[in-house]
Amino acid sequence: MNATTGAAVTGGHTGVVWETVIGLEIHAQLATRSKIFSGAPTAYGAPPNTQACLVDLGYPGVLPVLNAEAVRMAVRFGLAIGAQIAPLSVFARKNYFYPDLPKGYQISQYELPIVARGTLEIVLEDGTRKRIGVTRAHLEEDAGKSLHEGLGGLTGIDLNRAGTPLLEIVSEPEMRSAREAVAYMKKVHTLVRYLEICDGNMQEGSFRCDANVSVRPLGTEKFGTRTEIKNINSFRYVEKAIQYEVARQIELIESGGTVIQETRLFDPDRGETRSMRSKEEANDYRYFPDPDLLPLALDAPYIESVRAELPELPDAKAARLCREYGLSEYDAGVLTASRELADYYEAVVHAVPQQPKLAANWVMGELAAALNKAGLEIASGPLPAERLAGLLVRIADQTISGKIAKEVFEAMWASGQSADAIIAAKGLQQITDVGAIERAIEEVMARNPDQLAEYRAGKDKLFGFFVGQVMKATQGKANPAQLNAVLKKRLAG
Amino acid sequence: MAERPTLTQWVTDLRAGKVSSCELVRASLARIEASQARLNAFVTVTADEAMAQAEAADRDLAAGRGGPLAGVPIAHKDLFCTAGVRTTCGSRMLENFVAPYDATVVARLRAAGAVMLGKLNMDEFAMGSSNETSHFGPVRNPWNTDRVPGGSSGGSAAAVAAGLVSAATATDTGGSIRQPASFCGVTGIKPTYGRVSRYGMIAFASSLDQGGVIAASAEDCARVLGVMAGFDPRDSTSVDVAVPDYLDALDAPLAGIRIGVLREFFDPGLDARYERCVRDALALFERLGARLREVSLPNIPRSVPAYYVVAPAECSSNLARYDGVRFGHRCREPRDLEDLYKRSRSEGFGAEVKRRIMTGTYVLSAGYYDAYYLKAQRVRRLITADFERAFGAVDLLMGPTTPTTAFALGAKSADPVTMYLNDIYTISANLAGLPAMSVPCGFVEGLPAGLQIIGPHFAEQRLLHAAHRYQLETDWHRRVPERCP
Repeated sequence: MNATTGAAVTGGHTGVVWETVIGLEIHAQLATRSKIFSGAPTAYGAPPNTQACLVDLGYPGVLPVLNAEAVRMAVRFGLAIGAQIAPLSVFARKNYFYPDLPKGYQISQYELPIVARGTLEIVLEDGTRKRIGVTRAHLEEDAGKSLHEGLGGLTGIDLNRAGTPLLEIVSEPEMRSAREAVAYMKKVHTLVRYLEICDGNMQEGSFRCDANVSVRPLGTEKFGTRTEIKNINSFRYVEKAIQYEVARQIELIESGGTVIQETRLFDPDRGETRSMRSKEEANDYRYFPDPDLLPLALDAPYIESVRAELPELPDAKAARLCREYGLSEYDAGVLTASRELADYYEAVVHAVPQQPKLAANWVMGELAAALNKAGLEIASGPLPAERLAGLLVRIADQTISGKIAKEVFEAMWASGQSADAIIAAKGLQQITDVGAIERAIEEVMARNPDQLAEYRAGKDKLFGFFVGQVMKATQGKANPAQLNAVLKKRLAG
Repeated sequence: MAERPTLTQWVTDLRAGKVSSCELVRASLARIEASQARLNAFVTVTADEAMAQAEAADRDLAAGRGGPLAGVPIAHKDLFCTAGVRTTCGSRMLENFVAPYDATVVARLRAAGAVMLGKLNMDEFAMGSSNETSHFGPVRNPWNTDRVPGGSSGGSAAAVAAGLVSAATATDTGGSIRQPASFCGVTGIKPTYGRVSRYGMIAFASSLDQGGVIAASAEDCARVLGVMAGFDPRDSTSVDVAVPDYLDALDAPLAGIRIGVLREFFDPGLDARYERCVRDALALFERLGARLREVSLPNIPRSVPAYYVVAPAECSSNLARYDGVRFGHRCREPRDLEDLYKRSRSEGFGAEVKRRIMTGTYVLSAGYYDAYYLKAQRVRRLITADFERAFGAVDLLMGPTTPTTAFALGAKSADPVTMYLNDIYTISANLAGLPAMSVPCGFVEGLPAGLQIIGPHFAEQRLLHAAHRYQLETDWHRRVPERCP
């Protein structure tokens, strides 16, 4: 096996089989309207320091007040992964000096997080399933941003992001390859969007992760020394960063070196990780309970009220699609990758209830390809579910063939018109009139006497030639099944 | 001896039109000006704004409008943020800091019609028991200017004692209202933790800090506290419990009230003459119908070491925001970020603040947290449990406020631990979050002594009632220092 596909790597020099151990800390920005401890808005992209109030600026005398919506979102996540919701959780101060950290401490949760011990199931490439433990998920505030560009060598501070609510989701070190790590991260990404607690926008940093990576000889129990790769904001980078780091660690150990515990950064341009700070340089964060905030107490009725509002979750939805529509696990998995996609699919099926597989093929095939090509999300595409359903209805009732349907689809995509309007305007209705098909066959036979003779002499392969000719003569509109039946009879003489 | 005008009298006279707010404010401003060189009670005097507020108050009063404190001159300890007026916290760090907002306490008093005359001197960031740590120089005790006024609310206590204002806001983290009140012969109340909003009150130790008031009498305190107290959605630690009318039933008889005499407060460190004053006060309560019994709180002796772990720990974190980046003192021409931090903080903070930041940083450090911070929190719970047990059997606890009367300037400044021990009787109420008062109860060689009264959570009314009944029978609180301007 090798680093890209499997769980273990054989060392180049020594023949030792190395096992990779990965744990992820995912930071999901919660989609609240205001910040976690103040009333300032959280919208992205505003001019610097226009969305920071006195609390975000850490002014003397101001105090934090917890955003109830952020709490509700954290509880939604906890319930969705079958975790324990702490009846009492505690906010703590993580103390360190940095210019974009206005108070000199970050309010986070340390010893008693709001969510503990959940699990998520990922599906590996070979179809096997694997459960990954989620150690904890805790609420915290984001810091501001330091800006270094265009300021003539000075550093600017933008505190718009300071105080934005984050849910830090910490996994157990249970992933054994970069692929597993990506599958897990995608699973969390899908889940937070289903729960509508995070917009999942990775370019804007709404969803990012730190990866803890180590290697050990396969079969040993003791973990190797780990490094932490900070702030990775794409699935591809996660995979590349881990692959690079695993290879680096193995090579280091095999050439007689030792891995040192440190924080590393991934450079996407060079495709490598490099050291940021060592354990010795690490801050002593002096965590202690924040005396400005009371312990967060959540009672059972509150937790149950949040549970009652949970949407159907991806795994349950996929199982239901298999059951109700007879889809394969693979198709169901693809169609439930996002709530919008699944909703779209179900809206299409609603219009052509007899054709769930046809609907799946079109949503996953033509539609997905067109969206991908245009760089659009399902919700922002030009083709609402009813429109696509209108097309599939015409395939189902044999007005058009599958081949013609692709042409109609392209026209619909470009013009926004309905399938029926395009079929009528272009005269694309399938010819199901046996007389018309027979007339076309007669003409083709008359024009091609040589081929007819050869066919009748036993050259069966020429049947395809005649189908093609008739289709050409009818501009593809002949019903394929009828054409086959009539043509066979006529050619036989 | 002259008598001190009281806030209650002023409220009555203003309502009756016997005196105008402008007259009161003008006279107060004149007294402040005359006293400043001798007492140094004020950091900032806002004469023009005060006169404008007084004029507005007089219009309201003439129209039969105005809040419960309409036209009454007061002043704020200089750690309550005041929009547009600098809030220094007694520190070079905030020498030029002007908050863009009012603390909740400031806003409530303003809305009640009180006229702010200025900002009162204090120990730097409320860290001190003598007012000697202020960047703006020490406040002096109006009874004897060679003596300290106590701290950290030394400016508040001295200003009330000298009749510069009828009431002053103050804060109490380990005794900072009660100790200066006792040193200056005035009445001070530290309410239950959570009773008065901390929003806009610059933090020293968040789990201990509590705003309150220093005034000439329990009745005056009741009037001001009634305006200050109450739930504030901007302070998560403020408590949503209805505020009773503190003036209600102040005159009711005390008969049957059970008073616990705190054995641990009568320790060998207590000055015998001071003890005499306190014992006399207790005897008076007995004559008023109270039943006295001795009560022991065995964990009280642990309160000072526990406090000097918890308070510095919180302060080390609370004061991290003063980094020279966004507000406050910034060093000249920093070479780099680290230099900016180091020099801004080294220059901006005084020695006592630095000592506490370093102590606090140490006790929170990896490997020391359990031994210090966690253990101190356990002590805190034990002390709270001691009080809860005691309040199962008595209604109030009483004892001295401090071991001695006001000490001389410079007498303890060389030895921080001696200074810290001056708070030995006051700290436990902060650790347990209990309401506590200091009430003048006599004099030792011309310097005031204070009776401390501690009650269960949210029993402010009971404290004020007992203090008021005592003050109806005594005149210690009415005496004024001879050289008052």
